[in-house]
Amino acid sequence: MSAAITVNAGPRRGWKSAGTWIGAVIVGLALFCAIFAPLIVPHDPFAQDLNRRLLVPFWMEGHNPDFILGTDQLGRDYLSRLIWGCRISMLIGVTVTIVSGVIGITIGVLGGFFGGRIDDAVLFAITTRLSIPVVLVALAVVGLLGTSMTLLVLTLGLLLWDRFAVVARSTSMQVRNLDFVAAAWCAGCSRFRVLSREVLPNIASHLVVVATLEIALAILLEATLSFLGLGVPPPLPSWGLMIAEAKDYMFFSPWVIVIPGVALFVLVLGINLLGDGLRDAFGTRSRS
Amino acid sequence: MLRFLFRRLIVALLVAATVMTLAFVLTRLSGDLAISIAGPNATAADIEAVRKAYGLDRPVLTQFFDWVGRAVTGDLGNSYFFQTRVSTLIAERMPVTLTLGLTGLSLALLISIPMGILAAVRENTNFDRAVQMVALIGQAMPSFWLGLLLMIIFGLTLGWLPISGTGSWEHFVMPGIVLSFSAVPALTRLTRAGMIQAMSSDYIRTARAKGLSRASILLKHALRNAAIPVVAIAAVQLGFMLGGSIVIEQVFALHGVGFLAWESIAKNDFPVVQAVVLVLAVIYVALTMVSDLLNAVLDPRLRA
Repeated sequence: MSAAITVNAGPRRGWKSAGTWIGAVIVGLALFCAIFAPLIVPHDPFAQDLNRRLLVPFWMEGHNPDFILGTDQLGRDYLSRLIWGCRISMLIGVTVTIVSGVIGITIGVLGGFFGGRIDDAVLFAITTRLSIPVVLVALAVVGLLGTSMTLLVLTLGLLLWDRFAVVARSTSMQVRNLDFVAAAWCAGCSRFRVLSREVLPNIASHLVVVATLEIALAILLEATLSFLGLGVPPPLPSWGLMIAEAKDYMFFSPWVIVIPGVALFVLVLGINLLGDGLRDAFGTRSRS
Repeated sequence: MLRFLFRRLIVALLVAATVMTLAFVLTRLSGDLAISIAGPNATAADIEAVRKAYGLDRPVLTQFFDWVGRAVTGDLGNSYFFQTRVSTLIAERMPVTLTLGLTGLSLALLISIPMGILAAVRENTNFDRAVQMVALIGQAMPSFWLGLLLMIIFGLTLGWLPISGTGSWEHFVMPGIVLSFSAVPALTRLTRAGMIQAMSSDYIRTARAKGLSRASILLKHALRNAAIPVVAIAAVQLGFMLGGSIVIEQVFALHGVGFLAWESIAKNDFPVVQAVVLVLAVIYVALTMVSDLLNAVLDPRLRA
């Protein structure tokens, strides 16, 4: 690092931390909505009423104050569906990341730590995984086996472990040669103990950063699959599904796709901002 | 160099073989294919007839090796729905997907290289921050939603561009822009990082000491070195774009390979689905090899 960069780091940090705070607030709000959705929804998100279809949101002429964000094509309250959709997005984002994290971290650490043949196999698995078109394969699996939340989470989890594996592999490769690992070996610790107590805690900060970015990616992919009709099964209010259902009305009332889309965009942006902030805070610069 | 290429080729073939197996397993996930093909109202006799007609009564391993044996020679089987050869179907649809992918990639490079250079030159200024913000926004933008928004704005409100179909080059403008969004963040960051690294190197100091103009230093000396990883990654990005174009083809009703795959999934047309997965994977593997080659050709240090 040259002196010039250190001098300029001041204002940059300030701007960065503002982004991190914005991200944290967005994620906090989303978590609140996700956890307390059943308590805070103003209406039943599944209740249809054809007498009040496509009511306009609050910023438009002739809105109904009971329905702040209006209603959808079946007369369901848009705000309630949006809040419930947040619960579904977060649920899928977190569970997919747990599945993909367990897979990716396990094989990444094994490859990076033991090297040799094992590492060759791990690298091959990563290369193969990257050559598989994610959206297409996920669509095919869900299309063949039917739409369900569990299936969706497992499919995405089995497809999205690559970044975990890449980062876990490269970081554990660095940790493997450090003195405290050698000390643990000398003290007679088992392989499992060395991996779980010495290696894993030391690469954890990198993995947390990957996990945030993966949650964002999983949420985007879930929305994409739901939009294509092969994600979350209706009538569950996934944001992607809301956009798909509203698509036929978007030329007459654009807000029907703007509202869930903005929610999706803001949530993913917030998670990414938080992830970038964490990366800076942990001092784990991305390898470029 | 030859040894390196040979090793890469072996790995590529192994990856292709693995994907082939996975694609085959994928379409067998649903259990009995014959029941799905025959449809919900089929009788037991219908299902038996389907099983015989498509050769599904043979042992699974026989079916697998039969498929592999044919696929290696370019015969990907027959579509259940279209009643034509899958390879013909894919060849017919490929130009649309390739046009879309190349449009997206060109736009992405046109946007991200200048942005990356300017951000690097003005490191830590407001412009740099704005560029990084644009990259973050690009990363968070759901492509299908951006596509719909563009359709409302440029297709309906302004009436500048057609909203669906493949009739003219204008049909590819909006889908190309949407597709480029997926690659801009990575390419911009890479250009910026490469330029910052290049600008702090010894040969740039030498060029400065010789009294070369700023433009010449930037574009002739720094960019040449910074561009190597960008060009290499661009090939890989094209692979991702071809795989990801399924969403955009669906939004804009472009009848490319992705659209074909989507239709085929809905129709339980398994030979097409497994063939598209295989073809896209093979293209991706080939593009990563091109990427490695480009790296080696452009950067003499890697040729050792």
